[in-house]
Amino acid sequence: MTKSTKNSPNMNVSRRAILAGGAALSASLFLPKNLRAQDYPTDAVNTTGLAVTDDTVTVGILHSVTGTMAISETGSVQAEKLAIDQINAQGGVLGRKIEYIQEDGASDWPTFAEKAKKLLVNDNVASVMGCWTSASRKAVLPVFEQYNGMLYYPTFYEGLEQSPNVIYTGQEATQQIIAGIDWVTKEKGAESFYLLGSDYIWPRTSNKIARKHIEKLGLKVVGEEYYPLGHTQFNSVINKIKLKKPDVIYAIVVGGSNVAFYKQLKAAGIDMTKESPVLLTISVTEDEIRGIGGENIEGAYACMKYFQSLENENNEEFVAAFKEMWGDDMVIGDVTQAAYLGPWLWKAAVEKAGSFDVDKVREASPGIELESAPEGYVKVHPNHHLWSKTRVGKAQADGQYEVVFETADLVEPDPFPEGYQ
Amino acid sequence: MFADYSMGELTAIFAMQGFAGLILFSVFVLMALGLAIIFGQMGVINMAHGEFMILGAYVTYLVSNLFATYIPFAFSIYFFVAMALAFVVTGALGMFVEWAMIRHLYKRPLDTLLATWGLSLILQQIYRSVFGAREVGVSIPDWMMGSLPLTDLIEVPINGMFVMVLAVGISIAIYVLMFRSTWGKQVRAINQNRIMAGAVGINTEWTDRLTFGIGCGVAGVAGSAFTMIGSTGPTAGQLYIVDTFLVVVFGGAGSLLGTIASAFSISQAQSILEFFLSGSMAKVLTLLTVVGILMLRPQGLFALKLRK
Repeated sequence: MTKSTKNSPNMNVSRRAILAGGAALSASLFLPKNLRAQDYPTDAVNTTGLAVTDDTVTVGILHSVTGTMAISETGSVQAEKLAIDQINAQGGVLGRKIEYIQEDGASDWPTFAEKAKKLLVNDNVASVMGCWTSASRKAVLPVFEQYNGMLYYPTFYEGLEQSPNVIYTGQEATQQIIAGIDWVTKEKGAESFYLLGSDYIWPRTSNKIARKHIEKLGLKVVGEEYYPLGHTQFNSVINKIKLKKPDVIYAIVVGGSNVAFYKQLKAAGIDMTKESPVLLTISVTEDEIRGIGGENIEGAYACMKYFQSLENENNEEFVAAFKEMWGDDMVIGDVTQAAYLGPWLWKAAVEKAGSFDVDKVREASPGIELESAPEGYVKVHPNHHLWSKTRVGKAQADGQYEVVFETADLVEPDPFPEGYQ
Repeated sequence: MFADYSMGELTAIFAMQGFAGLILFSVFVLMALGLAIIFGQMGVINMAHGEFMILGAYVTYLVSNLFATYIPFAFSIYFFVAMALAFVVTGALGMFVEWAMIRHLYKRPLDTLLATWGLSLILQQIYRSVFGAREVGVSIPDWMMGSLPLTDLIEVPINGMFVMVLAVGISIAIYVLMFRSTWGKQVRAINQNRIMAGAVGINTEWTDRLTFGIGCGVAGVAGSAFTMIGSTGPTAGQLYIVDTFLVVVFGGAGSLLGTIASAFSISQAQSILEFFLSGSMAKVLTLLTVVGILMLRPQGLFALKLRK
């Protein structure tokens, strides 16, 4: 029963607290720390003028709740609010309740930058949980670096970035791709691949890495192509796939296109449950399946680090808490879980540093471990990404994934993979 | 690129590719017909066209849930009820919008662009508040899913066939309405000369409202059909709007035949190019061709001859 963050200074106290608390505490996801604010005087824990008082600390949440990206970012907002609620229920961070200021990036990248500046300069927030697309992250990056803020970024992304002002709680591309391709080669005997994606930086970079790895294994890529974002007609490419007969369709289609692609694939007579070809995707979480419809994607495989169906105690409690807060019909995807880690990682770093100062939090971050993460144990790498496992799930008609594979060890994050550029 | 394949495989692929082109053509026709009526006959630039389509999709979603909950034995035919209802609901909203907003802007056609764009934003946010920001999954009756295997290689998607039949049906219906009914005659008269049409006793206000309503209603039916092949979310309408305007403008505003001809040429060009090039390049080349042709022929493929 080691369900606390390892680096907490009051580890022993909390161990005793949980033994005393017994059954009541087993219902809560994380152990209460009972750090008292008076042990950490505000002047000492906040030397840079952040929004910290004797009993509160303010953080920012910066996602799109309007516009195209609201579809994807809503889950992240919900997860972050849940984490903040849970942290507060346990007494907060250094004895201070977390208050949040939520800003809407409105699916518009300059707006993200403007709101980031507002959060850092006007509100002096201690950290920001936010962004989803790479474009929004790239837009706020100079702001965070100029005003020395700390951003917890939840989405799996293409890598090739490492900022002192960002903690990346999602996977960078190699963590998501390489283990998945190894798995499909070994388990399904795949030898030829058809790479397909929406036309922007993440699918293109990911497919570049995938192609390098496939060719390194001595296997063949028989086709690679990209469709504009929002493309809704995939009949031609499906015909091409039928002609080339690849063993694996490697699909990184996103957004509304996703729904069109899987519906048309099914209508064209490609039955994914027959696994010929095998469909492997890195862009469809449980969230997306809600729009696609479970019956249209049944039998496809997805490579992620988290699935809602993961069987472990942390995850069961997380799923229950999430549904209690946001409703029974909610589904939780990979990014939602990664967003949930943000506030917890920040809290652990603050308490390890004994300070809210961004520089000290940054220094304390590498090596932070979370044993309580729904995905299982994770650890912050000095390159600001997380060590995490890669998993493969098989889509079920009910919209959930059945986990069919997970790496034995944590996969080291490698945002600048050599030989894959 | 074809050296590795047998004759049989190639024939099969070309047959299916031809089909893919026809399906795309039907999708374009469905998308564009509603707009062709509104933009072509009334000169209103309706930027909210995509949102009317999505309203139809949401109506389908609601009807499918109703059927699944209350009359599950009739689920296999719910789609027809949904399409009829989608027509009525979007048509009614269209008539309301015409009454509340559009009719004040007939003398300022460019302002309709801004006003309807604003309307599209309002509708998107309403969908988001009512149905949630995420896409909803519309369950389709089993018989409409999957494909008919004609030979080992040639498979015909059933939903594609459905969209084709629908496109043909609606085109014929609109043709009949436009050229064989009193309403059609009135619409065309107003289009040619609004003041004279009013002077000879045509109720221009009511005709305008009905026209806008029918245009929106057709958009709703299209949206309802597209739940089979696309996504249903608050902003999904945006996926269609550019292609829709492209088809209508390229065909020549005001000409229904032009709309169909333009849908045919754009869809065939795109689907053939997509087969030989990658998706994004195909789109770029299609757009460039359209731009080129419009530069030579700004009035579009077919233009009505009007006495100015």
